[in-house]
Formats: sequence, structure tokens, C-alpha cells
Amino acid sequence: MSKSRKHAQLAEFWRRFRKNKTAVLGLVILIIILSMALFADLIVPYSKCIDQVGADRLQGSSMAHFFGTDELGRDLFARVVHGSRYSLLIGLATSLMALVIGAVLGASAGYFGGWVDNVISRIVDVFMCVPPILLSLAVVAALGTNLRNLIIAITVSCVPGNVRLIRSVVLTAAEQDYVEAAKSYGASNARIIFRYVLPNAMGPIIVNTTMSISDMMLSAAGLSFIGMGIQPPSPEWGALLSNAQIYLFSAPHMLLFPGLCILFSSLAFNLVGDGLTDALDPKLKD
Amino acid sequence: MSEILIEAVHLKKFFPTSRGTLHAVDDVSFSIEKGKTMGVVGESGCGKSTLGRTLLQLYEPTEGEILFRGKQVNHLSRGELKQVRPKMQMIFQDPYSSLNGRMTVQQLIAEPLLVNKVCKSKKEIQERVEHIMDTVGLAKRLAMAYPHELDGGRRQRIGVARALILRPEFVVCDEPVSALDVSIQAQILNLLMDLQDKMGLTYLFITHDLSVVKHISDEIMVMYLGKCVERAPSEEIFEHPVHPYTKALLAAIPIPSIESLHKKRHLLQGEVTSPVDPKPGCRFSGRCPYATDLCRQGEIPLREVSPGHFAACCRIEETDR
Repeated sequence: MSKSRKHAQLAEFWRRFRKNKTAVLGLVILIIILSMALFADLIVPYSKCIDQVGADRLQGSSMAHFFGTDELGRDLFARVVHGSRYSLLIGLATSLMALVIGAVLGASAGYFGGWVDNVISRIVDVFMCVPPILLSLAVVAALGTNLRNLIIAITVSCVPGNVRLIRSVVLTAAEQDYVEAAKSYGASNARIIFRYVLPNAMGPIIVNTTMSISDMMLSAAGLSFIGMGIQPPSPEWGALLSNAQIYLFSAPHMLLFPGLCILFSSLAFNLVGDGLTDALDPKLKD
Repeated sequence: MSEILIEAVHLKKFFPTSRGTLHAVDDVSFSIEKGKTMGVVGESGCGKSTLGRTLLQLYEPTEGEILFRGKQVNHLSRGELKQVRPKMQMIFQDPYSSLNGRMTVQQLIAEPLLVNKVCKSKKEIQERVEHIMDTVGLAKRLAMAYPHELDGGRRQRIGVARALILRPEFVVCDEPVSALDVSIQAQILNLLMDLQDKMGLTYLFITHDLSVVKHISDEIMVMYLGKCVERAPSEEIFEHPVHPYTKALLAAIPIPSIESLHKKRHLLQGEVTSPVDPKPGCRFSGRCPYATDLCRQGEIPLREVSPGHFAACCRIEETDR
């Protein structure tokens, strides 16, 4: 019975999501980008990313090289396609991890208040004082450069902001009478936080998370730029961008294609996030 | 005299604030017999709601005891509290903010059952939810609706159903009708009274609306700044109020007749004084037309002026003419 009800809820959710045309557009773009990452090897072999052809340096778009070539004569199309793997992985993994950690810390601070709030908020304040890029840099420097550490580093820089945001929305949601009602029939704190407070505070949290995905990709680019991110010759959108800025006037295509990819993926995540928020809010039904 | 269900003994609840100690409930004692209703009236901020919430252990009392069926229920361990909680429930004032908007009617009503793990199967939960929805007059088709789709009256019925699904014995009704339209107020009041007869419930009925409290209560307690100033059976207090504050409250009820237009009414002057670190003596002395120095000297205890009728005023004999 509960299985069929879950099913019905899912169907209802999908029906409402589908009504939002821009969200569906976002979902379509997202699926295209995700399948590009998933099937990168089928689209273009990885070897084309790293093959340097001296004769073909800094060429514009052509049939041989759809997105042109870079300063070492590497095929940019292949680099963009394969770069999607790193970029999406970094963007998604860091945003989700930062969301989970931020939700636990922020919700505890906002819900329990008192010394719990004080301890968490003061630690967050300390972290907020350090510029995020410096924070990531310190973590990478301490742990060493590889993909896992890069993800940890960027997550750490993103967590403080999330904690603050989630704490503030939880504060308002936890003041409502339904929280007191839940206490009166004996609901546990964990149940109140996860079933009452967080669902009612979800809107701004989802928007913030989807917005942060593109930010995270750019942070990764920043780290790549100073040599602490994804190591060359591995392609990554942010790294492609920062690489291209030297050739801004002579070969603008180098900037254009990775830039468009970041633009479209962050647009897609935002549209889907908005759609999610609306579809999950029963008050906006029909 | 039938069995006493719940009793408060010298109950105090103080809140520390930056300006001093807020005396929300200050030395209040009373008891309610099983199946009866105690009405609590007073201006906003006089500690009515705090009293109700303290009785239900939502606040830890600063001092005093709460006895449920003769057994002390404050200072219980978590496990013991779990046993007592289902017996004491609460209906909230605002049916808009007291219901989690992310849950359907069915989920909202089933929540206390799930939390307290009283049902063995989903089928049993379903049955109990349907049964209580029927009892409070909610149509079955509303089970999958969300609270924001319903009107205030139906929402408050959900609140009632949620409070009653654990089959409590004692229910604190915290201004359950003051957020509703007048026509719906009557419906909910009648529902509460029907349910009291059917399920043998005992109510603590908190309100600032005297016409409501007269309708439903067996006994009435008048509170002023955390103190109980007068307590008496419902009819007695309306016919023969002795405390100047109670008199002023009753005089403030509008009388719907032409003659009363020309009558001069005695209205209170001044504002409620602050409940933060109150001065000794009668809390009402600042606004009381009869106050003397005697009133401001020490605590004024409740006295029994006639059987079952208590008042905290030292000038009853002079003013009660």
C-alpha cells in the first residue's frame, strides 16, 4: 500500500514538475550535458584531448575540429567533452557535500540555539574570515593535489556560507507552532528537524545549492589556474577557460566553448532547482 | 466529589530575560476533576498560555508540582515522560501555523501515532485516522488534502483530531477558537463539548473571550500578570464577581441592547504593568480603583469567600457591596 502511495506521490510530483516549461527545458539541457559526460569516450576518444598537433595550433572551428584547437594544437571539442566529467563531478560532489554538512550544522545551530549555536556560529565566523580560495588552497596544500582532495578543498570553502544560510532559514521555520505541537506529542528532535523544519525551509536551500554548482566549477578553475587543481593535461572546463584568457583576442573560440558549457550547465541546474522547489511545495499546487 | 485528574501545586514558571526575571506564572494552584472544564481567562501576556504549556511539560516549571492522577509528572525522565505525554495533549490557537504545511491531512493526524509507535500495522493507523476524522467531522475525501487547501474551521478540526488520536484524558485548549470566524467558533466549541461527553475528556480551556468561556467551563480562573486573582464555579463568577479585576473584565463585555448605550461603564485606566521583576503586593494595585497601601505591602493570598469561590483581594468586604 505504501509502495503504491509513494508511486502516486512521485507521479504527482512529476506531473507538477512537467507543468513548469522552463524547468523541463533545464532538465533537457541537463540530460544532454550529463550524457555528454557519461558517454564521452563514445563521442570522441580521450587520446584526442592530449594529442598535440603542432601544425594545427590555435585554429578556429572547422569540420576537423568542431570547436577549434588550443595553443598546443589539441582538439578543443574533445577537451570540452571530456572536461565535462571533471567539471560536473566537482560541481555536483562539492555542492552536495556542502549541502549535507551545511544542513546538519546549520539546522543544529538554528534549532537548538544556545551554546550549540554559539559554538557552530563562531567556528563558521572564523572560516568566513578567510577568503574561500585561500581556504581551498590551504587544504590542497596540506592534503596534496588530486581529484578527491580538490573536492574536499572546495567543499570546505563552501560549507560556512551554507551553514549560515541554513541556520537562518531554520530559525524562522523552528519558531512555528507546528514544532511545539510536535513536541507536545513527543516527537524526537531529529524527527522534528528532518520532517518539520527542513522541509519547510527547503526553498532557499535548494536554490542556493543549485546556484553554487557553477560557482564550485569556477573555484575549481581558480585552483587549476594556480596549479593546485586538476593537473594538466587533464581537461576541465574552468581550466580551459583560464588557459584561454591569454589568447582572448587572437583565439576567442578557446574562451567561447568552455564558457558556454559552464553557462548552460549552471543555467540548467538553476532551472531544475527552481522547478524542484515549486514542485515540492504543496502550497503552489496547480 | 469525583476524582481529581490534574492538579497544579504552587506552580511557578519564570523566564530569565535581559531586563530581569519574567514572572509568567507565579504561584498558581488549582485542580480539575475528571470530565470537567477549567476556563482560564485574562489579558494577553498574563501567563495563560505559559500555564497550559507548563502543565504539558513543554516548559520545565521553575517551582511547584504538577500532579496527574495524583502522581507527580514534572521532573520525569525521558522514558517516563513518554508514558505520560499521550495522556495530555494540546489544541493550538492558530490552525494555520500549528499544522505542518508539507504534510497531508492523513499524515498530520497519523503523526502522533507514528511518533509514539502505538499501532502495529499500517492498516491499524489507517483505521484510527479514519475513525477520528469521522469523529471530528472531517470528510474522508480530505485525507489527501493539504491544510492550506482547507478553511480555518476544517484546519482546526485537524488540530482537534491530532490532539485526540492518542486518546488523551487531559487536553489543554489554547484559545482554540480565537483565530476563527464567529460562525465557525460555535461549531468548534460544540464539537469540543460533544467530544468531552463522548470521550470523557478534561479540559483546561484558555481564552480571553468571556462569552466563550462561560459557554464551556465548569469552573473559571481569572489570571492577572501570572497570578490567579479569582477562581470560582462558572455561574458564580459571572453572577457574583468579587475581585475588582474580574468585575472590570465582566463590565467590559459589550451588551447588545439600546439601553446599555446610555449606561456609563467602568473601564480600567492604565496599562498592564510589566511582569518582569514585579513589585511586591497585589499585581493589580496599580490600576485598581480601590487600592490602598495595604494592597501594596505583601503577597495577597487567595481566600475562600464562599464555598468553592476564591479571590485574592484584601478589600473584598469593603468593595463587595
